Amino acid sequence: MNSPSRDRLVLDAKMIERTLKRMADEIVEQNQGTESLLVVGIQTRGVNLAERLVQCIQQAEEVRVPTGKLDITLYRDDLRHVAVQPLVRSTDLPSDITGLHVVLVDDVLFTGRTVRSALDALVDFGRPARIQLAVLVDRGHRELPIQADIVGKTVASAQNEEVVVKVREVDGADGVWIRPV
Amino acid sequence: MLFNRKHLLGLEELTAEEIQMILDTAVPFKEISERQIKKVPVLRGKTIVNLFFEPSTRTRTSFEFAEKRLSADTINISTSQSSVVKGETLVDTARNLEAMKIDMVVIRHGASGAPRFLSERIDSNVINAGDGWHEHPTQGLLDMLTMRERFGRLAGLKVGIIGDITHSRVARSNIWGLRKMGAEVGVCGPPTLVPGHVRELGVKVYPRVEDVLAECDVINVLRIQLERMQSNMFPSLQEYNRIYGVTTRRLRAAGHDILILHPGPMNRGVEIDSDVADGPQQVILKQVTNGVAIRMAVLFLLAGGKPAGAAEAASMRE
Repeated sequence: MNSPSRDRLVLDAKMIERTLKRMADEIVEQNQGTESLLVVGIQTRGVNLAERLVQCIQQAEEVRVPTGKLDITLYRDDLRHVAVQPLVRSTDLPSDITGLHVVLVDDVLFTGRTVRSALDALVDFGRPARIQLAVLVDRGHRELPIQADIVGKTVASAQNEEVVVKVREVDGADGVWIRPV
Repeated sequence: MLFNRKHLLGLEELTAEEIQMILDTAVPFKEISERQIKKVPVLRGKTIVNLFFEPSTRTRTSFEFAEKRLSADTINISTSQSSVVKGETLVDTARNLEAMKIDMVVIRHGASGAPRFLSERIDSNVINAGDGWHEHPTQGLLDMLTMRERFGRLAGLKVGIIGDITHSRVARSNIWGLRKMGAEVGVCGPPTLVPGHVRELGVKVYPRVEDVLAECDVINVLRIQLERMQSNMFPSLQEYNRIYGVTTRRLRAAGHDILILHPGPMNRGVEIDSDVADGPQQVILKQVTNGVAIRMAVLFLLAGGKPAGAAEAASMRE
């Protein structure tokens, strides 16, 4: 996918595909199978990545793991400060997630505030046996004590840079870039 | 797009884009009411006063549910409980409440313009929950959401409003809102209860209820306000039912599927027959459900997404 030359490519489409396959294997390995597994994507691109992880698991294990999607807008701690009106998207989870092994999926792990919001949102739906975090890119600069269990790629980024993740379902093509703000 | 308003006073002043944004925001809020824990923390720490100077069960309860589901702290004040009975003015009541550090006021008042009057004098967000004969914007919005759910669109829909148009704030909000969203609106009712100037709003006036039913996709049946019977606006309830009542017979004669809305409370056997009120074409309880979602959306949009402080917040986002 074309991107302005000042952007630094971190993952291309092929690398994303390989990374997701490896992440899917790690999910199965860390959970010792697919029993009681639920893969939940954080809106928006986390949902697409969650779906692809589930496809990878299905190819390897011949089991279709249930998926859900989670919108964290209403749990954000910066609602009153954001520049653009937050768009509330849908949340779609099995009615009760109690006892399940939930794998939360997002595209980028940065300050940790999104994950904190997601954890708050998740526990409103039940009490999972375990929640794990899987992210495609960990760019550092945490503001909360949150770490991912499964990381696609760790990248070194400056505060004045942003990590741009594009997925074919939303953006027409796959890729991850670092871009100066 | 940014919803940049501080108050919701009526649909007349909103743009089509703003109405669209409220309707779109309400859709995911419906899901919250389906959850086991029907609560999100978005208005945590906010205090909202529901200031009701007129009797209301449905609207007040709906606002209260919406506020509580967004985690706001709420206080309900009705005329009989307030110092209004001791002669305190509206603005003094509100200023006193504001001195107790409230954030939002939801007001219903018998005087048209009372919410605007208040909004010009206090710092809190003001939401109109019905003012006199003027507007009932959240009712108009929930009606539109209910219609959009059924038809997938508002543009091009033909909507008929039947009943006391003159005194109806619901009719006025429906007319403003629906026209902005590209729907065609017609009204029908006793000539004493249909204002002459309604045509100037781009509304068609139908003399016979049969004609509205024949042409429209949606009918919004207004409550005949029995209290107005004192003022001889029409001869009798029986005669009203005979001429303007939405009956099974008339619906059958229309020969096509019509969506029936009613803002409630209903006078069964007067403006609407019981068979119709409980029949397959009505969506009256869906309107009630949508009312909570619409009010959650309005509270959320008025409270959130302020442009101030955006710069420092940018670094917090991910």
